[in-house]
Amino acid sequence: MNENPADLVPELALLGVAVLGLLTGSWLPRRRQWIVALLAATACTTGLVATAVTMATDRERTVFSAAFAVDTATGIGRLVVLTGLLLVIGMSVGTVRNHERETEYWVLLLLSGAGTLALTGADDLLMLFAAYLLAGLPAYALTAFAKDGRGTEAALKYYLTGALLGTLMLAGTALLYGAGHTTHYRGLSTALPTAPYGLVAVGLIGVLAGLLFKSGAVPAHFWVPDVTEGAPVPVAAYVATLPKVGGLIALYRLLHQAFSGSDVNWPLLLAILAGVTMTLGNLAAFFQTSVTRLLAYSTISQAGYLLMALAVATRSDLAQKGLLFYLAAYTVTNLGAFAVVTALPHARTLTDYRGLARRRPGLAAVLVVCLLGLVGTPPTGVFLGKLEVFSATLDGGFTWLAVLAVANTVASLFYYLRWFGPLFVTHDSAPARVQEVAGRSSAATAYVAATLSVALGVAGQAVLTLSEGPLLR
Amino acid sequence: MLSVVTFLPLLVCAVLPLLPRTVPDQGYVWVWIATAAADFALVVALWAGYDTHGGTQYEQRARWIPSAGAGYHVGVDGLSLPLVALTCLLFLAVAVYSLREKRRVRSYVCLFLFLQTVGIGLFVALDLILFFVFFDLSIVAMFFVIAGWGHGERARAAALKFFLYTFVGSLALLLGFIGLYLAADPHTFDIVDLTRDNPLAGRGLYAALVLLAIGVGLAVKTPTVPFHTWLPPAHSDAPAAGSAILAGVLLKMGTYGFVRIAMPLLPGSWRRYATVIVVVGAVSVVYGALVALAQTDFKRMIAYTSVTHMGYVVLAIGAAGTLAGADAQARSLAVTGAVTQMVSHGLITGALFLLAGVLYDRGRTHAMGAYSGLAAHTPRFAAVTAAGAFAGLGIPGFSGFIAEFQIFTGALASHTIATAIALTGVLITAALFLTALRRMFMGAPSLPRTVPTGGIADLRGAETVSTVALLAVALVIGVAPRWLLDVIEPAGRTLTGLVAR
Repeated sequence: MNENPADLVPELALLGVAVLGLLTGSWLPRRRQWIVALLAATACTTGLVATAVTMATDRERTVFSAAFAVDTATGIGRLVVLTGLLLVIGMSVGTVRNHERETEYWVLLLLSGAGTLALTGADDLLMLFAAYLLAGLPAYALTAFAKDGRGTEAALKYYLTGALLGTLMLAGTALLYGAGHTTHYRGLSTALPTAPYGLVAVGLIGVLAGLLFKSGAVPAHFWVPDVTEGAPVPVAAYVATLPKVGGLIALYRLLHQAFSGSDVNWPLLLAILAGVTMTLGNLAAFFQTSVTRLLAYSTISQAGYLLMALAVATRSDLAQKGLLFYLAAYTVTNLGAFAVVTALPHARTLTDYRGLARRRPGLAAVLVVCLLGLVGTPPTGVFLGKLEVFSATLDGGFTWLAVLAVANTVASLFYYLRWFGPLFVTHDSAPARVQEVAGRSSAATAYVAATLSVALGVAGQAVLTLSEGPLLR
Repeated sequence: MLSVVTFLPLLVCAVLPLLPRTVPDQGYVWVWIATAAADFALVVALWAGYDTHGGTQYEQRARWIPSAGAGYHVGVDGLSLPLVALTCLLFLAVAVYSLREKRRVRSYVCLFLFLQTVGIGLFVALDLILFFVFFDLSIVAMFFVIAGWGHGERARAAALKFFLYTFVGSLALLLGFIGLYLAADPHTFDIVDLTRDNPLAGRGLYAALVLLAIGVGLAVKTPTVPFHTWLPPAHSDAPAAGSAILAGVLLKMGTYGFVRIAMPLLPGSWRRYATVIVVVGAVSVVYGALVALAQTDFKRMIAYTSVTHMGYVVLAIGAAGTLAGADAQARSLAVTGAVTQMVSHGLITGALFLLAGVLYDRGRTHAMGAYSGLAAHTPRFAAVTAAGAFAGLGIPGFSGFIAEFQIFTGALASHTIATAIALTGVLITAALFLTALRRMFMGAPSLPRTVPTGGIADLRGAETVSTVALLAVALVIGVAPRWLLDVIEPAGRTLTGLVAR
């Protein structure tokens, strides 16, 4: 049995620095609390290096009674989450600088990040639930970080939804344990095919509830728009993007590893969920005027496209690399769009972006890249991700779902273009103070994210190669 | 070599924003003209070194995203080389024409340079994903051209409509491509490999669905009836240079896709549904011509004649897929005519749209009723427009005649009735061009009130050079077409051979 902590460097780095940061922060004067941000960034970088080393050398192993798998999906998940965390840190610097609770912000972010990492590697239902809680609880607190009315309401809604669906998830875990007499995926995969059908089906739905909540997918999506609008924008960026990575990889692993032999028709269930999620997200995004709400519904629709890969998890060899690549591309692209919103704190509605291309050509270019990226226009990373996911869906036999996704992509173009159009208005642009840029770090983060997004599209081969390895049981 | 031709404009586009702000507007346009001229010179060199019997040449292949089955693979043959040359020539003409542009010139030049790379890239691509990348980017770039430099607020709506329509088409196309990719073993997007393997042979419904997806995608871009409704607003609200490129280069992407992808990769389904394609072509011809006849707006009229001219192309390639009752030579003739028509239409309609731009510049309106007796004020403009109109209606001596003659001869044997119906399109086109000429240039002189008191100005130097050059090439092809047909014919024969597999 492998209990070597060196296999968990990324997770431990985040947890360790969270504790260290909390201690350091309580002794630091307020204007020096940026040191904690630096520590947090160091932790992420350490994690990235460790992941790179693990993936470059011996790639696969399971740790701690095989409750946690270090394999392809975990590796890519770590790379994506840690890169995402670095981007979130980059765009937060300007917002929380010299805030009275700055240290707490970084610590909560690190803890939630560690939970998300744990989600990607969880190979056991109890581990999965623990990771669910660790990823969620700090995020609830972060949502209310500004201590204003809207933030508190958003946090309450987020927390209540999370608690309710978490309970369902726990109940589902109990049922599956009852059906399979184990919580470990490998054990479940042998036990579930012979277990009572109803028990397995209801148990799966319970666990699904929690993971769909993390992914922001229908029917557990109600919190997304409220939290995205109520929370501080960098927190919104985090909450709308990274837990999705954790949730979807966890779900993929669960379905692929534990339910591969089960006769519960989960592919169809997930295909339907995917279709409903993308359609609902897109329709609701149509007439939004607030940029954060628009992005919120856009992330719901993106969750729908991602779920397509899960529906064909065991039916197509293309599903895994499609999912992992799409997640990587989606993370940088979505964070890029959020970084622009953070950089322009006074511009909250679509009309506030009128004439941005003239005044801030750089930020407008980032928005163009990111919004076109979210549509799936080449040569951005999301295009390649969509290509892989569509291929996987057709390969897995869900032609109707692929056609629906195409229809949805077209529909999504409409609202992305509604944001897109005002940027290039030449007369009657928004007042200059609305488009004031807050600090340099958010803008810099936006440039980095947009560059990564295009780089993933043009030279995506590296990530695709990495994401083709097998999963461990 | 081919990659240099393709990416040279993009490279210049990337450098332009680094130039100091003190560079005058005209400076950017001159950089553009120099780039376009250099690119055109390179293409002439390519053409000179092209072996007419050698199949695909100047091939370059590099690994790009092997896991996704996509590679960087470019090359030209007799189907693509004429279109690459057309693209370069048209962009050069548009660059010269744009010397007068005054609105946000730097971004304007950048966009067109980008668009040139996209246009050339699409015609040289031998990989479906590479093709798709350029296909989609052409939509994005043209959206900005229409929205940013079009005529007023309406342009924004037209740009949106254009984007939505053609994007739907491109996604349908993507589904079709994925269908081809999944059918091939090993999975690949490479056009040459797919052509050789013919993975969908005998796959019935699956192959039909793939052809449907690809066909719809390309039909929107072409455009054919009933997917043409995005075209008139996009054309009439785009700036003149944008319309010329849209008609001259972007519309060819659809028809080129048919001969490059749909026909050789799905020969069985193409043959089976050839009649449908012929009917769509014939209907496009007649419908486009009739609607054009009813237009009062000069530019919209030209836009609808594009539907007609692209209809001839669709008719020809549909006929080339009918084996029964037609010998191989007739089918090959139809394909040659189709490619010639693509080139010819690019030249003539490009020139006509630039002339429509001149009209708008002078009188701020395209309405034909607002002008009469223009020939008295602007003899040069009248002469060039008349030449363009006659070229457009397919009079012998211009390239359009060569193209249409081949198309009708090639298609007549296999689809007599459809061809006979399509022939009436020529008649209607003649009527509408002559009517337009009579209304605007003959009769008692009268001008719209928007024209300044100093009177209406005749064609300026840059305008004359760009439009006359395009029409001159059309004339050369019309009088001595051998040099062009020598390049197209072998490729046309190869293609009909592939379709007959």
